[in-house]
Amino acid sequence: MLKDITLGQYYRTESPLHRLDPRVKIVATFAFIISLFLVKNFIGYLIAGLFLLICIRLSNVPVRFIFRGMKAIFFLLILTMVFNLFLTPGIVVFSFWKLQITKEGIKLALMMGIRLVFLITGSSLMTLTTTPNNLTDGLEKLLGPLKKIRVPVHEISMMMSIALRFIPILMEETDKIMKAQMARCADFESGSVINRAKNLIPLLVPLFISAFRRANDLAMAMEARCYRGGDGRTKMKPLIYQKRDFIAYLCILLYVVMVVVIGRLPV
Amino acid sequence: MAILLNHVNYIYDEDTAMANAALIDVSLKIPDGQFIGIIGHTGSGKSTLIQHMNGLIAPSSGQIFFNNEDICDRDYNKKNLRARVGLVFQYPEHQLFETDCFKDVCFGPKNLGLSQKDAELRAYTALKQVGLEDEYFYQSPFDLSGGQKRRVAIAGVLAMNPEVLILDEPTAGLDPKGREEILGLISELHRKTGITIILVSHSMEDVADYVERIIVMNRGRVTFDGEPKEVFSHYKELEEMGLAAPQVTYCMQELREAGFDVDTSVTTLLEAKNEILKAFMKC
Amino acid sequence: MSKMIQTDKLVFEYIRRDEEGNVEGITRAVDEVDLSVEPGQFIAILGHNGSGKSTLAKHFNALLYPTEGEVHVDGMLTEDEEHLWDIRQEAGMIFQNPDNQIIGQVVEEDVGFGPENMGVPTEEIWERVDESLRAVRMDKYRKASPNHLSGGQKQRVSIAGVIAMHPKCIIMDEPTAMLDPNGRREVIRAARGLNQVEGITIILITHYMEEVVDADKVFVMDRGRVVMEGTPRGIFKRVDELKALRLGVPQVTLLAHELRQAGLPIPDPILTRKELIDALKKLRAEGYML
Repeated sequence: MLKDITLGQYYRTESPLHRLDPRVKIVATFAFIISLFLVKNFIGYLIAGLFLLICIRLSNVPVRFIFRGMKAIFFLLILTMVFNLFLTPGIVVFSFWKLQITKEGIKLALMMGIRLVFLITGSSLMTLTTTPNNLTDGLEKLLGPLKKIRVPVHEISMMMSIALRFIPILMEETDKIMKAQMARCADFESGSVINRAKNLIPLLVPLFISAFRRANDLAMAMEARCYRGGDGRTKMKPLIYQKRDFIAYLCILLYVVMVVVIGRLPV
Repeated sequence: MAILLNHVNYIYDEDTAMANAALIDVSLKIPDGQFIGIIGHTGSGKSTLIQHMNGLIAPSSGQIFFNNEDICDRDYNKKNLRARVGLVFQYPEHQLFETDCFKDVCFGPKNLGLSQKDAELRAYTALKQVGLEDEYFYQSPFDLSGGQKRRVAIAGVLAMNPEVLILDEPTAGLDPKGREEILGLISELHRKTGITIILVSHSMEDVADYVERIIVMNRGRVTFDGEPKEVFSHYKELEEMGLAAPQVTYCMQELREAGFDVDTSVTTLLEAKNEILKAFMKC
Repeated sequence: MSKMIQTDKLVFEYIRRDEEGNVEGITRAVDEVDLSVEPGQFIAILGHNGSGKSTLAKHFNALLYPTEGEVHVDGMLTEDEEHLWDIRQEAGMIFQNPDNQIIGQVVEEDVGFGPENMGVPTEEIWERVDESLRAVRMDKYRKASPNHLSGGQKQRVSIAGVIAMHPKCIIMDEPTAMLDPNGRREVIRAARGLNQVEGITIILITHYMEEVVDADKVFVMDRGRVVMEGTPRGIFKRVDELKALRLGVPQVTLLAHELRQAGLPIPDPILTRKELIDALKKLRAEGYML
């Protein structure tokens, strides 16, 4: 169900990771993701895994909660692994009917699997430890220099944070509309693809109308509260780097260097 | 016996840490033709309860029977059930989607597999039943007033010819006159067609004037179930639940305390007026 | 001292268009309204759905501008571009749907939104957030997500968000229409508290008569016009007129009205249960019989 998606959800608790400046966490997440694609051997993944594990420990988020997010991508994960397993040419170790499993296939499937799991875990760790508002603030600040080339950074980040606020509301609303139409014997589950798409109209029309109404209301409410864009705006929670943030940057640098050096050694 | 709930429990997010009991050991008998009010504040489980009655939510444990058939049975025809136990949700905006009212009301009957002609016939009858003027039939439902939208939404369910009609907060957001009109309409439907009606509300005054039986929900349990007079005699307990009895009930209680010889089980304005007048005639 | 809000022959018209965008006609939503509100008053504007009361309210915050006539907020003309932000700061606005006016994803961040827009220094924002949340008794929930609050609590957060802008006046546009009785009580209590303790002018727009019993002055609107104006007591005397305007009357007032028509000499109007009981007791003490 929709509730299972932990990606993008915030987990409220106290931890060193929660206290870090969002900019650090955004940079770290990107560094981590890039590092995953640079790694060539399993030792590299071991280091990445260790780094991730330490971060999870530091985050105070229950492991169970983090992995619940996996459920949503489980299918994708299996699919990727299966494709890699069967479709990689190389030395055949096992063959069955028309299918062949190669040594390279096993290796690639494992690597892809690990990469995907790490990628999702790493990025959900960022969202789990950072409030969406903080996240958008961090992005706004990081992308600040782009304002000079007329990129509407403030507007983009405001849009993102509003979108994040309304996602749960609209999801709940979708559920309600679905039930209201099901009470009129609407069928969302069976039929051909075309029919199913057609059957979504009774769901989408009320949803869009409601979303537009909400947008209209919200715009008015923001205007009434003196919103006039990013200029001259102060911050309730301005982002200021602390000592711990510099330490964190240092750790990330150290990790990246290690992974790139060790992880790219030929095996 | 139209609907029977036997020790029904429902737990939200059952297998997670956020498990939350929404219904606890609910047993109810709802015979044909009754006009029932279900009352409870937000989060009392009343919405969850009614969604069990037409199979939108399956109970965590317990059984639900409709006309002596177990609706939780795998082979039970849910579509058929939803046509026979009609449920109108709180906001008409959640169901209106067609370009005109008439087409919107046809949606339900068409889903039942009726021919275009039969569906239209049903829609026409339903719209007449809810008292929507002809001039609005071919207008967009989005251009209507709150009260009219509500009527079209009710017609959309009525067009499936249900035996039981459940309405979740049908008066929310309407002005006093609009509330009175919708409640009057529902009451008239009950009188004319004999359909079973279950009215969900958080306003005691709304339901007291119309229903013959009140079910009070609190924290997932059925706390009181009986005639309005009987239920409102527990006005002190109701207050603790954050539900107030009708103003007149309090008036009569206070008059009794002040030494007036009045019947305290009064629930409607008319009854209260007669009681007070009587007290001034005999003393 | 200037009036908090003053309208002078305020007219607002909008053009109705059909699906192709052709002009169908002109609707006069507000029709020559003259109204004035003194600082510190608790004002109620009553009217059924579609009576023009919300359209009128949006003029007090410069969200809409009059087609004809003028609106002054604290002596400032709303159409005066240079005062726009002063007006929006001085006259805060609460809307009907609590979900559609909360911008922050954490209660305290939402309350800080207004002051941030005004350019208030960071430390002062925190002070303002603290005091505003305390004023509506929501300080316990400051770190909570608005999605987990009840309707009444959300609406109180919205009120805190407006108080943090230090307004002189708060306009509440049907703040209770979507709430259950408990939520309604919470919001009205908060509004009354702000009026009495902080001296903030409150303009409450509603169709629930019970909520206006304590107001200093009530305006009743119908078809864009102010059709009644006076104290709650004066207004509630006119039960039949109110009914004709699609408005309900509190059950006690109605009961007293019915008893009076049946011949009992009860003073007019009765607003609370206590008044009714006292009146009946007095009648009995006098030995009154039908």
